[in-house]
Order: sequence, then structure tokens, then C-alpha cells
Amino acid sequence: MTDAVLATHGLTKSFGALMATDSVSLDLRAGEIHAVIGPNGAGKSTLISQICGGLVPDAGRVDLLGHDVTMLPARLRAQQGLARTFQISALAMEDSVLQNVMLGALGASRRPWSFLRPVLGQRDLRDTAEHALERVGLADVAATRTAELSHGQRRQLEVAVALTLNPKAFVMDEPMAGLGAEGSKRLTEFLDGLRAQAPILLVEHDMDAVFALADRISVLVYGRVIETGTVAEIRASQAVRDAYLGDPA
Amino acid sequence: MMPERVLNAVVLAGLLAVPLWALVVDEPFTITLATRAVIFALAAVGLNIALGFGGLVSLGHAVFFGLGGYAMGILAHHAQTFTPLAEWPFLIEGTKSMPVIWLVAMLTSGVAALLIGLLSLRTTGVYFIMITLAFGQMFYYFAISWAAYGGEDGLSIYVRNDFPGLNTLVPIQFFGLCFALLCVALLFTALLARSPFGLALNAARQVPARVETVGLDPLRLKLVAFVISGVITGLAGALFADLNRFVSPTMFSWQMSGEIIIFIILGGTARLFGPVVGAVLFVTLEHFLGGLSDYWHIYLGALLLLIVLFARGGVIGLLAGRARLHD
Repeated sequence: MTDAVLATHGLTKSFGALMATDSVSLDLRAGEIHAVIGPNGAGKSTLISQICGGLVPDAGRVDLLGHDVTMLPARLRAQQGLARTFQISALAMEDSVLQNVMLGALGASRRPWSFLRPVLGQRDLRDTAEHALERVGLADVAATRTAELSHGQRRQLEVAVALTLNPKAFVMDEPMAGLGAEGSKRLTEFLDGLRAQAPILLVEHDMDAVFALADRISVLVYGRVIETGTVAEIRASQAVRDAYLGDPA
Repeated sequence: MMPERVLNAVVLAGLLAVPLWALVVDEPFTITLATRAVIFALAAVGLNIALGFGGLVSLGHAVFFGLGGYAMGILAHHAQTFTPLAEWPFLIEGTKSMPVIWLVAMLTSGVAALLIGLLSLRTTGVYFIMITLAFGQMFYYFAISWAAYGGEDGLSIYVRNDFPGLNTLVPIQFFGLCFALLCVALLFTALLARSPFGLALNAARQVPARVETVGLDPLRLKLVAFVISGVITGLAGALFADLNRFVSPTMFSWQMSGEIIIFIILGGTARLFGPVVGAVLFVTLEHFLGGLSDYWHIYLGALLLLIVLFARGGVIGLLAGRARLHD
């Protein structure tokens, strides 16, 4: 599977007797959105942590662009092109919106060891940052304190920071969480276009969004992938129905 | 509310005006008090980079203050007794030259901050406070037991050290020197706050996980901040020893560390002039209330309580409101 941008092989992690991730193998190919769905407690967050570098798996491997990154810290995975958005916004709340995206641009440039020149005056970083804000539609609130943003705007800012990294793959942890119908629809349209830039591993509860966006879906139940397939295949799968979706009324 | 820049300018002008007025009316003690405030402010400007920007509540910054003090004390002591510091592997002589002493003070503090930071930054929160406190106590007791340099009694330096072109024994000239260094440190801090490093450090304090996901190392950022912070506080220590022409283990005491934190909290955490306002306020209270009662710390405690309860931004926050983001 050399064409996979991101892949896990037999990823396993247990906490005591609880198998949070049980031999999970999945891959993310260029140009696709691969959604991971599953009921609460299915191990989605644990899986993301292992992919992005927060947790070390007990067994198995994570490959990014064909390189084994299993033991790399999150920071180095980010440098190699993995961009993550958080389920609960992890933003510098006291800073402005612009400063938050500037941080992303700065990280991507890997030039934080400059002590005297104003960061906001660095044209290349600022262009990257402002362009990302424009793409998610936050250009108007660039100078606003992040704590004053609405929940939906914070979700957009999460995505904007990921954009500044110009990544090879996105890992998004419930980007639609807490968005209204209108917000979800807009973000869905945005992600639809984003896959051309880099593939997205999308963990999401919003089934409308998942079915609208996903090229492939993996269903995670009790830490185990019970099915991977296209939207139609997943809809048709009896195993998935039994475990998760429930019979349509 | 007063714009913060205006407030800062007023504070700086006032800090310069008081000793000049004292010079005119011939009150040299007031100039010494102002110098004391300026040196304390410099020490706190240093700590503010770690505590205010980096969120590192160091209860051990007296280590750097004391190292700066002892760097001055030891170098000047050897110079005034005409004994070498070391003869092997090569001859090291004492010195009375301030620039050399400052350099040694800053270098020593920087190395100490690097080592202490490397160990302490593995911890956060209360543990970080405790481990920095522990380092402070280690240095304190080491100084007490170091008989070669006065032990508990400390070291007296008979004549203030030299600075090219100045007579440092004239109070206003020494004040001017300290004031100039404070201005340089403030300018550096102002630039730092707006720099790429400042942005990254600020984020590392608030959301380390985010900083990591953009490919930066929050710990390394904090470590560098801690070193810069220690270097500035170390310089202040060398000046403080020169002001008193005396250095003793109390410069290493945890009370000293606490006082530097108090300057920052009084003035306003993470505000450029917070440490300056805090130090000036502290020295003023110390002088006037200390004249009324030996127990003046009671009033300081009450003031601190009021500020922590009702004015989290310190005096600067009270007068200038929240910090502005950027233009």
C-alpha cells in the first residue's frame, strides 16, 4: 500500500482490561475523505491520539508518506505534514484570531527563534495566515480576541490553523461538533473542496456530513474496525446496522 | 482608562524625575531609593518573561539574583584583596570593572537557568513551583556554608565598581547607569513580546498541545524564555550588590524570590511595565510604611490581597484596562 498517504497497521492500545484500539488497520489515500464513525466509546479519540502522536500504541505501526512515524512525537509528525484539528478547540484564547493562524504559519516555517523583529510584519507568514483566514471565512474577525468568537467560528479557526501548515494529510476530530445546521452545511462544502489539496481522515458524528463527504467509511466498534467501504457498502452492511446505525424506521 | 503606552511613559518619566528632583534639593538617600526600585524592577522584568509570558511560576528566581550578586562580590573581593580567583589551569584575576562583572553575572545566571530549567520544566504547576523553590534553598544554604566568601556574613566591597567614564560613587550617576539598563531590558522585552518567539511562547503558555501540532516544541520555547529571564535577573543581582556594596546569602533567600513575584503581581502580570510599577510601589511602601512600623508587610499583604481579589491585572490593569492585542 505504497500509495497511502497515511496508514495504520494493526494498531493496538489497551488501558488495563479495556481494548481501546484493537488491531486497527486503515489507510488514507490521496484525494479522498476517509471517515471514521462509531458509537461513543468506540475508541475514535484514542485512535486519533495514536495517529497524531499523543499516545504510543502497544502494538502496530503508523506510516506517514511511507515512513514509520509510530515513535515520533506529535511535533515531528506535524513537521512531516500531518495537520490535526481538535475536537475541543485548542486555541490561544487570549490572542487574536490572526495571532492563532500566525502561530500555524510560524510553525510551518520553523523559524520561531527570532526575538526582535515583529512577527506580524513578516510578509510571507502573514500572507499564509491571512489567506487561511479568508478561505474559512474569518478574514473579517482577524483582529478579534479568540475568546470572543462564537463556537462555530472557533471550529473554523481550528481548520484555518491546519490550513496554514500546508499539510500532506488532515486528521480532523469532529470538526462539525456543536455547529448548527447552517454551519455544518458550510463546513461540509468547504471540506468537499479541501480533499483535492490533501486527503482528510475525518472522525465525525454528523452522519449527514459523513454520507455527503466520505469516499470511504470505516466503522469502529469497541476498538475494532468492523467494516470499511464506500457509503453505499456501509449503508448496505448488515453488520454495521446491527452494531451501530440501527434499523431505518 | 489611560492608554497603556501613555501610562508607561508617565511611569518612566516619574522614575527619572524623582531622583533628578532629589539631586536638586540634595536628598541623596532618595536617589538611592530610586536606584533600589530600578534594580528591583529590572529583576522583575526578567522574571516577567518566564512568569508573565511563559506561565512559569518560578519561586527560585533569587538564584539568579544571588548569582549575579555573588559574581560581583567574588570578582570585586579578589580585586580588592589583590588575590587571584584561580591560578590553575590559567590565572583568573578579580576585577572592579562593571561591564566585565555584568557579563560574568549574566553568563553564570544563564548557565544556571539552563540547568535548572532543563530539570524543572519536566514538571508543571505546583511541582514546578516547588522544584524551583528547592533549587533556591540549595543555593541559599550553599552560600551560607561557603566560608571562603563570608558564609552567613556575606562579603563587603569597600568601593563601588568602575564604569568607564563615570564616577559610580555619585548616586545620580549610578542611578543613571541602572536606569539605562532597565530601559534596554524594557525595550528588549517589548520587542520580544511582538516577535515570532514571543508569539510562540505566548501560545505555549496557553495551549501547549496546539504549539506541538504546528510542529514547535513548547518545552524548548519555555526553556529559552527561562534562560533569558534568568540572565536579566542575574544582571539585576550584580547591580543590587553594587548598590549596597555588599552581598550576602539573603539575596538567594526564598523571600527574595517571593518579593520579585510580588512586584509583578502588584504591577500587572505579563504587562511590559507591570514589574516597574510593582517594584516602585514596593520600595515606596517599604520606605514610608517601614518608617511607621516594622510590621509593614501586613499592609503589603492587605494590598496584595486586594489586587489579587479585585484587580487581577495589577495596577496597570486597573489604570489601563486589558492589554491591547495588536494594531
